[in-house]
Amino acid sequence: MVHVVAEVELPVDEKLKIYKNRLIPEAGLCGDEKRISIVTGTHGDELEGQYVCYELQRRIQEGKEHLKGIVDIYPALNPLGIDSITRGVPGFDLDMNRIFPGNTESGAMPEYIAAGIVEDLSGSDMCVDIHASNIFLKEIPQVRINEKDRRKLVPYAKLLNIDYVWVHSAATVLESTLAYSLNSTGTPMLVVEQGVGMRLTREYGDQLVDGIFVLMKKLGIWDGKVIKPKKPIVSKDGMVSFINAPESGIFVPEVVHSNRIKKDELIGNIIDPLNGRILNSILSPVNGLVFTLREYPVVNKGSLIARILEM
Amino acid sequence: MRKKILYELSSIYRDNLRIKGYIFGKGEKSACVVGAIRGNEVQQLYACAQLVKALKEIEKAGKIKEGKSVMVVPCVNTYSININKRFYPIDNTDINRMFPGYNQGETTQRIAAGLFDTIQDYKIGIQFASFYMPGEFIPHVRMMRTGYEKKELAKEFGLPYVVIRDPKPYDTTTLNYNWQIWNGQSFSIYTSETDKLDIDNAMQAVRAVLNFLDKEGILEYQGHDGYISRVINENEMVPVKSKNAGIFEGFAQVNKSVQKGELMAYIIDPYEGNIKERVMAPCSGTVFFAHDTPMTYNNTVLFKIIEES
Repeated sequence: MVHVVAEVELPVDEKLKIYKNRLIPEAGLCGDEKRISIVTGTHGDELEGQYVCYELQRRIQEGKEHLKGIVDIYPALNPLGIDSITRGVPGFDLDMNRIFPGNTESGAMPEYIAAGIVEDLSGSDMCVDIHASNIFLKEIPQVRINEKDRRKLVPYAKLLNIDYVWVHSAATVLESTLAYSLNSTGTPMLVVEQGVGMRLTREYGDQLVDGIFVLMKKLGIWDGKVIKPKKPIVSKDGMVSFINAPESGIFVPEVVHSNRIKKDELIGNIIDPLNGRILNSILSPVNGLVFTLREYPVVNKGSLIARILEM
Repeated sequence: MRKKILYELSSIYRDNLRIKGYIFGKGEKSACVVGAIRGNEVQQLYACAQLVKALKEIEKAGKIKEGKSVMVVPCVNTYSININKRFYPIDNTDINRMFPGYNQGETTQRIAAGLFDTIQDYKIGIQFASFYMPGEFIPHVRMMRTGYEKKELAKEFGLPYVVIRDPKPYDTTTLNYNWQIWNGQSFSIYTSETDKLDIDNAMQAVRAVLNFLDKEGILEYQGHDGYISRVINENEMVPVKSKNAGIFEGFAQVNKSVQKGELMAYIIDPYEGNIKERVMAPCSGTVFFAHDTPMTYNNTVLFKIIEES
């Protein structure tokens, strides 16, 4: 059943509503069911989660008798952003994932909405927040976990059938994310990054949906058949090399995203179309896996080109 | 006056982005003033330009104190301001959320690092800043409560209010916060406008900075002393929120008194013209902040009142 989680009236004949769809067992609820919440669409240009929300529900409907708990699906935390191809919250130029846990008393409209979302998600037995990088970078399916939540969350992340679990160091600024707000108040949330902004990568979506069923089975929400999940690589910051553009230009990749690369192998060239020359050839500093690769060709000095997991 | 390029970045087809500093006096790095970091901060750019103009005259008259120097950085982000875009054009990131920066990181981290490396040695940092909510403020000095803040020093600007803010997580990457943590005292000066010019208000900010530099013994300036500032914590202000969305017709003005129960604004139905809501003052006091765009959402802060003590 579709519920409205938070609502704000817009000036001219329109309401902004944050929806969730709640799926429950055919036999109804007895009160002690586990609850999983699937969340996406915080950034309006990240669409990979849209397919996951659809496909997850389609498969649940196909085997409704196996549903033993509550599945809450929140496909669009930033509906104005999704409908206007805007990453942040239109009208405010705010990154919605920097305003949690929100504020109902003295904040702006997005902070009011954020507070309603946090209140509704709180108490879930597990949440999965699906992101899709941005329009610049393509990511392999991965879960990112704050170092302080490592022990609690890594075992669950390994069930999600993803390729990689990145345990990153705590940064103060990340304390204003949805995941931090929930994890720090006792509601576990896994953050998935996969694919690229403004696109759907169906293969990655199917892979993650398989994993969500594994996670649901572990939580006692699903008792149907599930796959054996991939065994992801788990790493900390020290094993990740960041490759940034040494100068401005047009980046042309020579590696394939998600492939292995050897030290000193060519990642790609930064070219100068005006003069028809290569400005810089970027070589890999390590042997490893190209888990992040630039999709958007225009780069300024410093733009992220790739992240390589040393292997 | 000396001009110095503090940081330079090339683009494939645009002219270089250059962050320029204007330096007055010689010797100790006493104070640095930073203007537009975001592309819509035209008022902040204007205020800095007027400050440069005033400092030229002060320096020509020999009134910069021996062994002291002041640097003004009018604009950090020419790439955005020239195309009327608030954040960095390529990736839409906010340079004022990238401090202290990282010189091997992403572009805006590098710009932040390039600027911060050249200004962090200044003993006093002053930023002409803007706020994310659309509206008009009483001109004020804002400081973060980091444990290092000196409220008494902030009063030397002679602006009506000194506002102390408890930093939120996202504040920890602003210039103001990092300046204070890394080296010394930092102050943000908020004038009434951002993307429009309010010349009187900008000049009030310029005089406030010159007053402050005079009181700190960095230069000689004979302006009037300004106000005896009142220090207030941001969370002590009383927010007045909309219960409806629609067209906003405001009556209460910034820096004016309101009485409890007084009409502050109407919210009008955008199709039928009737009054949907009369927004009344919940307490008596001075209007510190007022919404200034013609439309509003519901549950939006329209005013902030400093309650009469």
